[in-house]
Amino acid sequence: MSKIENAIHELHRINSMQEGAGRLKEADPLLKFLVTIIYIITVVSFDNTDAVGELAMILYPLCMFIIGELSVGLCIKRIGYIIPFVCLVGIFNPPGSMVTLILKGIFTITAAYILIITTGIEDICAALARLHMPKIIVTLVLLIYRYITVLLEEVNQTVQAYSLRAPGQKGIAFRAWGPLTGQILLRSMDRASAVYESMCLRGYRGTFIYKNTVRMRLKDIALLVAFCGIMVLLRYVHVFEIVGDFII
Amino acid sequence: MHMADALVAPAVAATMYTCSAVAAGYSVKKVKLVDDPKRIPVMGVMGAFVFATQMINFTIPGTGSSGHLCGGMLLSAILGPYAGFLTMIGVLLIQCLLFADGGILALGCNIWNMAFYGCFIGAMLIWRPMMRKGACRWKIIAASVIGCVVTLQLGAFSVCLETTASGVTQLPLTVFVSVMQPIHLAIGAVEGLITAAVLCFIYEARPELLWGINDGVDKKPGLSYKKTVIILVIAAAVIGGGLSLAASEYPDGLEWSIQKITGEDEIEASDGIYEAAASVQEKTALLPDYSVKTTDSQAGTSLSGIIGAAAVIALCTVFCLVFRLFRKNHE
Repeated sequence: MSKIENAIHELHRINSMQEGAGRLKEADPLLKFLVTIIYIITVVSFDNTDAVGELAMILYPLCMFIIGELSVGLCIKRIGYIIPFVCLVGIFNPPGSMVTLILKGIFTITAAYILIITTGIEDICAALARLHMPKIIVTLVLLIYRYITVLLEEVNQTVQAYSLRAPGQKGIAFRAWGPLTGQILLRSMDRASAVYESMCLRGYRGTFIYKNTVRMRLKDIALLVAFCGIMVLLRYVHVFEIVGDFII
Repeated sequence: MHMADALVAPAVAATMYTCSAVAAGYSVKKVKLVDDPKRIPVMGVMGAFVFATQMINFTIPGTGSSGHLCGGMLLSAILGPYAGFLTMIGVLLIQCLLFADGGILALGCNIWNMAFYGCFIGAMLIWRPMMRKGACRWKIIAASVIGCVVTLQLGAFSVCLETTASGVTQLPLTVFVSVMQPIHLAIGAVEGLITAAVLCFIYEARPELLWGINDGVDKKPGLSYKKTVIILVIAAAVIGGGLSLAASEYPDGLEWSIQKITGEDEIEASDGIYEAAASVQEKTALLPDYSVKTTDSQAGTSLSGIIGAAAVIALCTVFCLVFRLFRKNHE
């Protein structure tokens, strides 16, 4: 499968997972977004020598995977991309420090994975809008996301057509760099005009309307505060060591 | 060059978020001023285009390896720096959320390293000045390659600085830089050529789509000759007078080398000719060692800076006038 086909396949898989995610999907997107950010900040704030303390952060993804009944497969695939780079940076550090770096890499990617699997991009954009991110950026993210699949399929067809005319050739030849990509670009620009006209026909007046524009409920605020408390506890109290000492 | 969350400390991430947010805020303001409702869908589709075409492998002749498009430079050459920057933010946000290409916390760093340099430095300082008097194929190729190489070098250097500032690696900055920069030099050159090929095609097919072309053809220069001279005089006075106070008191490279070899700051001239030349220089030099002869104080150094700046400006002016006169006579 080509790189483009892989990307299309992954996007469809994420979409189907977002539809299937149960209890976690119903939670407030803003709450999930803030929880993810707080978790990531806590994970990266650990000292590089504190591998045991870092390990305690596994509790969040563990709970989420169990509660949300999430698939582990795609997550492992994602982690596989980043680990070599993290190892490369950490290779000159002492072994303990490198372990902490790898753990940080795994946990932060897992947190982002949990967020995207349980929250659709529209909901994340609605959450960003509630955090007062400029409308233009939120709209752009939504539009890019909407047209990525369309353009990926178009690019895939073009590249396939090219490779059928140039069998056995790896990639696009030097002479075709400009014309091939330029043609796709010109078609994309024309498509943008058609997109704009169709958006206007459907009532677009410069801003999108989100379904999730309600304020955070008291329950959500309480959950967020509790989560912050747990994160502070895990950050400053070595839970694993205390439990270990107690057991021994 | 996408940085992962594991490689940044919260303080560095917050700093870079702030820097990127300032650039984004300014860009939002500038894009709103244009007030073209069609612009946002074009930006959206262009973002998706960059995302999709970055997955095409372009074969590099004679190497067997492949490269891809330089998104920031391409977007700013078509949409302009502000709209290009915002579109790159959208692309980076989606890459980070959907494909784990870069972390959520490191997004501020990634925006700065890839979008800021590509869109602002690449478009404002390289693309626009080169295209001001009209475009041609060679100018587009040169601007694309120089733009991609310079912005990628800046981005790679920023990655080294951010990682080192985060205290993630014990690798010394110099070693990290010496590994990162050459790799990105090669990548930048290849990305530049691919970007140039696409932009040349657009220039042939639909030149009106390119940004910044012919901007200055029918326009008067932004500053008059008089204003330019006044600004240069003020700048020279500030630099010469103000910043000379901060000038290093340590020996320069040559002085340092001499000091290491002979143990003294300067080589004493022993020959008769050298002694004669030195005595002439002593008499004619108004500002020996950049200080007024009679004083060795900071004020003296500052005054020397101002006087030096005035002398250099005067010398340059005279040189230019002589050159102009010579050219006129020649014509």
